[in-house]
This record gives sequence, structure tokens and C-alpha cells, in this order.
Amino acid sequence: MSQLKELAIRLSDAQWEGRSFNCLPMPGAQEVLQVALSDQDEIPLYVTITETQMLCIAYLFKEDEVLDGTLDELNGQCLQLNIPMPLSAFAKIDDQYVLFGALSTTSTFEDIQKELVTLSENAVEALEALEDYLK
Amino acid sequence: MNILKKLMTAVRGGAREAGEAIIDANAIRILEQEIVDAKNNLGKGRVSLTEVMAKEMQTKRRVSALETNISEHEGFAKEALAKSNEGLALEIAAKIAEYESALTDQQAILSGFTDHVATLKSQIKRAEKTIAENERQLLMVKTTESVQKATMSVSDNIAANNSTMSSARESLERIKKKQQDRADKLVAGEALQAELSDDLEAKMKASGIGVQESSAESILARLKQ
Repeated sequence: MSQLKELAIRLSDAQWEGRSFNCLPMPGAQEVLQVALSDQDEIPLYVTITETQMLCIAYLFKEDEVLDGTLDELNGQCLQLNIPMPLSAFAKIDDQYVLFGALSTTSTFEDIQKELVTLSENAVEALEALEDYLK
Repeated sequence: MNILKKLMTAVRGGAREAGEAIIDANAIRILEQEIVDAKNNLGKGRVSLTEVMAKEMQTKRRVSALETNISEHEGFAKEALAKSNEGLALEIAAKIAEYESALTDQQAILSGFTDHVATLKSQIKRAEKTIAENERQLLMVKTTESVQKATMSVSDNIAANNSTMSSARESLERIKKKQQDRADKLVAGEALQAELSDDLEAKMKASGIGVQESSAESILARLKQ
């Protein structure tokens, strides 16, 4: 069984700070696990495991959703917010802005749960903070 | 090859098809092969290092044996001289000369081995660094690929379910609605609580139960007691 499937099974039974995890494995060229947190499922998280790390990604918005002429300022804000934001960082995959956290593949299950809950909270806060730049 | 620079150039180039690999598979295979080759060479390097170190140790032993022989024979020669046996002393001195010339040879060989060990060690260190560097670069490429493939899997799956990835605006609306719902519930709960307790207090007051408001009359009555 893949590490990701195993994670899905463990997460489905887990509770972290009163939250539960709703897991949906997605087949494809790269195996991905969709995780939606109870009570905070507006921005689902996607978990991928590579050779050396576990990547948890929240897709925020596409470049074309950004108000015209504000892209530079938005990029600057994202860079400024990176350090204060716990455990997560802004990134771009092609034209998609994301928030992500990278974990070692040897991380404990507690670390993974903490990462997911923090990422989800950060994603909501980041969207709210950057709302003025969005169409 | 600076992989980050390559990735940057590829992104800046822009005109990539969705899912098209940033660095072609062939380049990745070459990098992987280079790592395998370097590791093989490193293994061979380590084997020859142990061989050379063994020879260095043997030579060191030979050198110290010769040094012992020389000092012993110097003692013998002195004894012979003390016994005024010049002839024997000369023979011993000839033996010492033999040992000394052997010592010079062995010392030259030893310094050759010592240099060789140093060279091999620095080569091994360099190879290890190169391998680590290549592996780090390979990792960057592979991670980039994985993330792109994962993003494709996600959008494919969403498309297969006849839905689209929601826009940030839609997510924000849902977040705000939920927050509003929560706030409303809280307010409603508080209001209900207040209503219930108000109601109860009023009833209790009507029946003269609980805290009674003090009136001027009641205070006066108390003072008169």
C-alpha cells in the first residue's frame, strides 16, 4: 500500500484540535490525496509524496483572478507574508498561486496533522488578507 | 548546471504547454546516469584508498625496522671500537651504510604513498560533494515535475466530476457566509439565553424570590430594628 493511501486511512480516523479530516484519494500520473477539514472545507488541501518530501498544497487563485495592475504589489505582499505565516509559504505553480508546506517523509503523524490544520487556517487567512487584490 | 537557473528560464519562456516537462526526460536520465557513474567511481576510489593505506602502513613498519637496525648496529660498532677491533667496526659500518641506503629508498616510497593517500582522500571528498550536489539538483527537477503532475491530477479529477476548481472569490464568499452563520448563531444563542434568564428573573421577582430591590422603606425598617 502506498504511503499516501496509508495516510488517508489514518487521517480518516483521526481528530486534531476538534477537527476531522475528510480524505479523497485522486488517481493520476502523480498520486494525490485531497483532504478537506471538517468545518473548514472551503479550500481543500492536496497532499503529494515525492522521494524526499511530503508536499501539502492549497490552491488559492489563478493569475487571471488578480485585479489588473496589482500583480506586482500582490507578489510583494506574498513575499512579506511568507515569514510571519506559520509553517506555510506562498508559491506559484505555472499561473496558479498556492500556499504550501513541505514535510520530511519521516515526519510523525502528529506533525502531518498539525501541518494540514495550520495550512488550512493559513489559506483562509491568506485569501481574506489578499481579497482586495482579487477580482 | 544550475538547475534553479534552468527552471527560471523555462518559466520565463512561458510558452509551455500545460504539463509539458520543464526539463526533458533525456536530461534527467543523463543526470541520473552521472550520479550512478560517480557513485561507482567513488566506490572504486574507496577501495584503492584502503589498498594504498595498507601499503603505507607496511612501508612505515619497514622504515621503523630499518631505523631500529641502524641504531642497534651503531651500538655494535661502538662496542667493537671500544674493544679496538677496527676491522669488525668497519664491517659493521658497511652494514649500517647498507641499512641507511635501504632506509632512504623506503622513506621515498613512504612519502609517495602518503601523497597518494592525501590525493585519493581529496578526490573522494570532491566526488562525494559532486554526487550530493547532483542529487540535490535532480531532486529539484523531480519535485517540479511531481508538483506539476499533481496539479494536473487535481484538475483532471475535478473536471471528471463535472465541476471546476472554485475561484478565490467563490471560496471567499463561502468562507464569509460560514463566518456570518457562526456569528449569527452566536448572537441568536446569546439573545435566547438573555430572554430565558430575563423571563425567569421577572417571574422570581413577582413571587418575591431571589434578590429583592431595596427600597427606602425597607432600609428604614432595617435601621429601626
